[in-house]
Amino acid sequence: MAEEIRAEMVANVWKVVVAAGDQVEDGDTLVILESMKMEIPVLSEGSGTVVEVAVNEGDVVQEGDLIATVE
Amino acid sequence: MFETVLIANRGEIAVRVIRTCQRLGLKTIAVYSEADSGAMHVRLADDAVLLGPAPAPQSYMDPTKVLEAAKVSGAQAVHPGYGFLAENAGFARRVAEAGLIWIGPPADAIETMGDKVRARNAIAAAGVPVAPGSTDPLTEVADAVAAAAEIGYPLMVKAAAGGGGIGMSAVDGEPALRTAFETAQTRAERFFGSPAILLERYLAPARHVEVQVLGLADGRVVALGERDCSVQRRHQKVAEETPSPGVTPALRERMHAAAVQAARAVNYRSAGTVECLVPTAQDPAAQNPTAEPDQFYFLEMNTRLQVEHPVTELVTGIDLVEQQLLVAAGRPPTFDPDNPPAPRGHAVEFRVYAEDPKRFLPGPGVIRTWQEPSGEGIRVDSGYSAGDTVTPYYDPLMAKLCAWGPDRDAALERLRGAVAEFVVEGPKCNLPFFAELLANAEFVSGRYDTGLVSRMRS
Repeated sequence: MAEEIRAEMVANVWKVVVAAGDQVEDGDTLVILESMKMEIPVLSEGSGTVVEVAVNEGDVVQEGDLIATVE
Repeated sequence: MFETVLIANRGEIAVRVIRTCQRLGLKTIAVYSEADSGAMHVRLADDAVLLGPAPAPQSYMDPTKVLEAAKVSGAQAVHPGYGFLAENAGFARRVAEAGLIWIGPPADAIETMGDKVRARNAIAAAGVPVAPGSTDPLTEVADAVAAAAEIGYPLMVKAAAGGGGIGMSAVDGEPALRTAFETAQTRAERFFGSPAILLERYLAPARHVEVQVLGLADGRVVALGERDCSVQRRHQKVAEETPSPGVTPALRERMHAAAVQAARAVNYRSAGTVECLVPTAQDPAAQNPTAEPDQFYFLEMNTRLQVEHPVTELVTGIDLVEQQLLVAAGRPPTFDPDNPPAPRGHAVEFRVYAEDPKRFLPGPGVIRTWQEPSGEGIRVDSGYSAGDTVTPYYDPLMAKLCAWGPDRDAALERLRGAVAEFVVEGPKCNLPFFAELLANAEFVSGRYDTGLVSRMRS
């Protein structure tokens, strides 16, 4: 089942750690956001394959925006 | 005395500095980024100059732009607040070279204390106790592993040029050290522009206690009491109080004397803070283990006005920003330096952050409702009001809620009322955490250490 991982807050995308096709485990870091002088890792909520990374480094994401899909 | 002061900052601290300047009849110049065009500090100042785009490196942290703003606005003096350019020795020098007055410590003192390795060495040489640690900056993991074997685990890994808890972590052995060293270097490089790392013996459990010092225009240094800053999340402070409930009068006296020695060692002037760790459990190997903590170790000196300075002001009745202005103008302070005011009563500060109260993750947003508490002994230093936007560009501090009481229990009781009264809607807000803290037996007892918040969340 596809798992959509969404942003929990307004933030800048500092680092994209994974790419489509990568295998990830539950708790792996997908993307690192930056907001208010803090780095906030966005973690995979299950094991599987990254189907899509919806953001690029330097993007600004709003709360609820899609970050990645893991299947 | 200079007549026009440029405040090179934003948010609550810019507002707080502006208020003292206004009380003293000084003209104030605000600076702002494109994200802050309608911000409170801009509204309050007599004049305001746009620096540039929202990201701090292109606005508040750009020395050239800030100096240009001072020139076009006719400012005669620059107050840096905290953060941004406050501990940038190069900027302090450029301010002076431009013929302006720097409302802060000498650039050389900023430079020495800004390098944690140099600071430790300078302080140790002045006879102030430091925890076992590396005496040279480390840039290679192999050197760190060798140094660690000598210092002993557990260890704290820190950015030598760092601050604010960024890139800091505790490790209990070599594998963890290798990982932490790499992470710390990446962060140190990115946030502070230097990959140098400092290793220090990790002392836990411990309290984080700091001493407020003021270096006077005539070269004397006075200690104005301590602050306990042991309520921390991610090695960053969220609540502070004075006097420290965990420091005995004898230990307090020794810490004050050591802080003055540390400041003198770098010819300190203006307001500064000497941060120390006070272990709360005796080393089992100690010759005479006692129930009360009686040892302290120098951590670092913050060469600026501290976020939590209001608690000191509340118990001493001294306006620290006013003292900074007077020292910068070459004048004596408002109190007798031979008899600095003894602290009266107890004061506590809560940092009201735009972050969720459970995991402490930031949540910027537009402020729909902003209702500050008021009442006897309550002081709120804020940088925002209803209609303002908390943006993701800067740190999440929205306001500082402080309470004074004749004793600690009275101050905490006033805070219970004030926390319940404070309404913030829009961004995420950590006020519910403070309601929880005020009901926490460990905090209320005063016998807590820097592990308190982790225990509350485990």
